[in-house]
Amino acid sequence: MHVTQGTFSYLPPLTDAQINAQVQYSLDNVWAISVEFTDDPHPRNFLWDMWGLPMFDMRDPAAILLEVQRCRDAYPTRYIRVNAYDRTLGRQTTALSFIVQRPKDEKGFRLDRQEGRDRQVRYTIHPYALDRPPGERYER
Amino acid sequence: MTQDSHVPFGMPRPVALDLAEVAPETVTRNGALAADEPEAAVAIAEGINVEAAARESGVFEVIEDLDRELVGLDPVKTRIREVAALLVVDMARRRFGLEAERPNLHMCFTGSPGTGKTTVAMRMATVLHRLGYLAKGHLVAVTRDELVGQYIGHTAPKTREVLKRAMGGVLFIDEAYYLHRQENDRDYGQEAIEILLQVMENQRNDIVVILAGYKDRMDQFFSSNPGMGSRIAHHIDFPDYDLDELVAIARIMLDRQNYAFSSDAAPAFRELMSRRMPQPRFANARSVRNALERARLRQANRLVSTGMLVTRDDLMRIEAEDIYKSRWFTEAGRQGSPEA
Repeated sequence: MHVTQGTFSYLPPLTDAQINAQVQYSLDNVWAISVEFTDDPHPRNFLWDMWGLPMFDMRDPAAILLEVQRCRDAYPTRYIRVNAYDRTLGRQTTALSFIVQRPKDEKGFRLDRQEGRDRQVRYTIHPYALDRPPGERYER
Repeated sequence: MTQDSHVPFGMPRPVALDLAEVAPETVTRNGALAADEPEAAVAIAEGINVEAAARESGVFEVIEDLDRELVGLDPVKTRIREVAALLVVDMARRRFGLEAERPNLHMCFTGSPGTGKTTVAMRMATVLHRLGYLAKGHLVAVTRDELVGQYIGHTAPKTREVLKRAMGGVLFIDEAYYLHRQENDRDYGQEAIEILLQVMENQRNDIVVILAGYKDRMDQFFSSNPGMGSRIAHHIDFPDYDLDELVAIARIMLDRQNYAFSSDAAPAFRELMSRRMPQPRFANARSVRNALERARLRQANRLVSTGMLVTRDDLMRIEAEDIYKSRWFTEAGRQGSPEA
């Protein structure tokens, strides 16, 4: 199951050249760029682990791609995304966020139903990946 | 959405040879030569005027600026011309589908202080940018402090941070030999060198590293780090300036700040430099700049103390007395300055 989170997630995975282009666009806008990774793909989990500090005064996308590649080498089976933060007064928010690596086998989600009082039913999404301990969720 | 053509980004304004068009093919060219044959044939039929191509890329302008603004340094200028020529020819070759590895552009500038190493490095960055070898063409100048950390585990991120900042441009490491401390083999400098080497090798397309320092200590550095020496293709030696060149430099510096020597100030300055040159800590062009700064101070002092009306000409002119008051005339003791 293809997780759709962040920008471009309905498209086929971006190639490095396309990532390069997006990073260049972010740099042109003077956005601070950071790399993050996780193995918990729940849609409400927006706090991913940081790969190093955000990068502020970079001039060339090669620098960010270097970190992306290092992160990929360290965590070949996890989700990795690139965030671009716009610090402009009045915006001050993540301007662009897109996934640059996903596990080969994305496990997907199931829908849990919880019986409440008065025949009430509560629904919740449960990623199958979470059935295994952190760090081993996408290992084979 | 993103374009499919993988045009290298931040490519400078299209060069005559239209690098942007060539580059994507070169990526996949290995073994796929046949596919480009028709295009290559057309190009061959037309032929390429290499000189015109270089002219249009604006490289010659940079080199001419270099010629005009930097006095002397003939071996350096020749070498930069050669490097630029190689890159232009390389572009032309790629146009014809003659695949060659991207030339190794890491350099080592050796020479005394004040011989223009940093200035030339900056120009080099512009040249490489104009030719499309660097995406941005900025210069990041660092010393040991900015690369080497204070405790275990501090060096690698620090060095990598600097390298990332320099991506797309030139990383200029001044007095690079300080990275290696012979007397202490646990020094963190070695770690910085290893990361540098790794990036110099793997990211050759994104960064050009220029090391700078004194010749003898640089040689020593390379002999203890053979990996570094072998990854640097261009070793350029910056000669010291002679007396005439120092005076010419002084004229250019003054001109840039809208000052000028009076007719007898120029020989005075020449004499000052001839006294200064054999002294310790003589730093070529930097000493010239300092001497001029002090002359400006004295000129200002003289103008303030005259109490008379000062013309535009007076404000621009450095007189001989401003120079003769230098401590190199009084302290040397051989000849008291006429005025003081």
